[in-house]
Amino acid sequence: MSIADSRNPALGAAGTTTTSRKLRAFDIGGLILTLITLVFAILWAFPIYWGVITSLKPESQVISKTVEFLPRTWTIEAYWEVFANTMIGRWYVNSLVTSLGVTAITLVTSALTAYALSQLRFPGRTVLWYLILASFMVPLTALIVNHFILMAQLSLINTWMGVILPQLIHPVVIIVYKNFFDSVPKEYREAAKMDSASEWRIFSRIYLPMNWGVTTALAIVTFIGAWNAFLWPFLAVSKPEMMNVAVGITQVNDAFGVHYARELAAAILAALLVAVLYLIFQRRVTQAIMLSAGVKG
Amino acid sequence: MIRDQRREWVAAYLLILPFVLIYGVLFLWPTVQMVYLSFTDAPLIGPGKWIGIENYVEMFDDRRFWTSVRNTGYFVALTVIPNTLIGLAIAMMVSRLKGWQQSVILAMFFLPYILPVSVVYRIWNWMFDLQFGIMQHPIALILGKPTPVFRTQWLFMPSVAFVTIWWTCGFNILLFLSGLRSISTDIYEAAALDNASRWTIFRRITWPLIWPVTALVLTIQLILQLKIFDQVYLFVQGGRPDPSMVMVQYIYSQAFQKNEGGYAAAISVALFVIVIVVSLLQFQFLRARGEK
Repeated sequence: MSIADSRNPALGAAGTTTTSRKLRAFDIGGLILTLITLVFAILWAFPIYWGVITSLKPESQVISKTVEFLPRTWTIEAYWEVFANTMIGRWYVNSLVTSLGVTAITLVTSALTAYALSQLRFPGRTVLWYLILASFMVPLTALIVNHFILMAQLSLINTWMGVILPQLIHPVVIIVYKNFFDSVPKEYREAAKMDSASEWRIFSRIYLPMNWGVTTALAIVTFIGAWNAFLWPFLAVSKPEMMNVAVGITQVNDAFGVHYARELAAAILAALLVAVLYLIFQRRVTQAIMLSAGVKG
Repeated sequence: MIRDQRREWVAAYLLILPFVLIYGVLFLWPTVQMVYLSFTDAPLIGPGKWIGIENYVEMFDDRRFWTSVRNTGYFVALTVIPNTLIGLAIAMMVSRLKGWQQSVILAMFFLPYILPVSVVYRIWNWMFDLQFGIMQHPIALILGKPTPVFRTQWLFMPSVAFVTIWWTCGFNILLFLSGLRSISTDIYEAAALDNASRWTIFRRITWPLIWPVTALVLTIQLILQLKIFDQVYLFVQGGRPDPSMVMVQYIYSQAFQKNEGGYAAAISVALFVIVIVVSLLQFQFLRARGEK
């Protein structure tokens, strides 16, 4: 609108009034849209708020017929109950170890493979690349039965390794890395070659450091993904002390009626780490999600 | 020269070795084994004998298998398109905002996406609780009385779909947002000069230009939702799983509860084929539309 005004100074007084009336109407429309957006966002986030607030109420106030948006009495009793009655500490350790394991192994093996695919020429390169691209659309979920059989044959059921191994197939990480390695200027590599640096040196001293940003981004989303994984950790583990926290909290079932504050406290503890990670690394998470969907972030 | 090339080969093979091992042992081998297992009568753990296509014959006559296929299709229908359209609508609302306002509002829409499914289950199980759940107020208004949505046959799938959209929409919103950002503002300014209405701008500019992203989101959603298990499994706990059984859940129940490894593998192969065929078909279809 302002552009229209400045470009048409000859419009005259009558023209200006209609434009400014339109400008005002436009702003009111915009304001209403902003308000709708705000209300919708509040409604959208409300279940999370409601879960947190409920976990901070005493059980007796949770089961109240009236809706209380804030606790009458604030208490962390439910959290103590969770610590006292479940193995949540142990589950946290399991989740941390397995998620870090999945993240580290996935990133290292993928980066090395992507470097080879991007910079080196070797027989079988094209076949490997097409295999990786093809596995992109294959549903790993369909492999649960055979993953279980394989892990049982290797006696890895109810172990950290058993949880980690079948979660290591992430072709998208290789694809993203390869795109980034492809765009590193060739001069760096040629200069290093002149100094007769080994491939490992070129990878670890040039290509990896130049792509720390994408590495952090991929690491965070891989970690969040592994932390939130449900189906495989649920199948691979039957012993309560080996469960991941996302699986473990579904085991806090009380035989004696509803204990919502307790259940929600356990749930919030389970989500806490990834929620904090997301809030700190918001930009990186966004970038990684767009990269892995094949969109330039 | 030749020695240099040899050196490059050796280096390359050493670099890809860890991945190739993982890929072979944990992806190719289980895939081959899955197909083999589907032609045997093996239990989950232990040997079985070759029975040819008997499992597949049984599958075609299995009413519960077809129920699981139908339920999976129903879930896909309830989630894929609504999730995409809601994602686009929210992305358009968010993209109008600037600076910190946009960050805060976007975080509110995106936060559910990073929660583990079991946390989503706990939150919504509480929201929908028959006696004390806050959702029972609107439900009573619409249906006339408080209703246990996860124990009511006809409401089960729509409710799980509703929760799933809430949980996963953040992903779609992000993709649409980046798509919207890449549309040049010049085009909108030109449209504003022509006094085009909001609807015209959307229909003539935004929608066609955002179509490649829409196609991408639809594809990702479709493949993702065909593999539905977690939410259905969690929300049906304590109730009867059979009427709302989905394919992965049927694989799980045959393999891990009935100890029918061979039969479960046959269903896995079916799921495998469905996902691949659907994604190939959709890829072709979307490409055709995009070129039009």
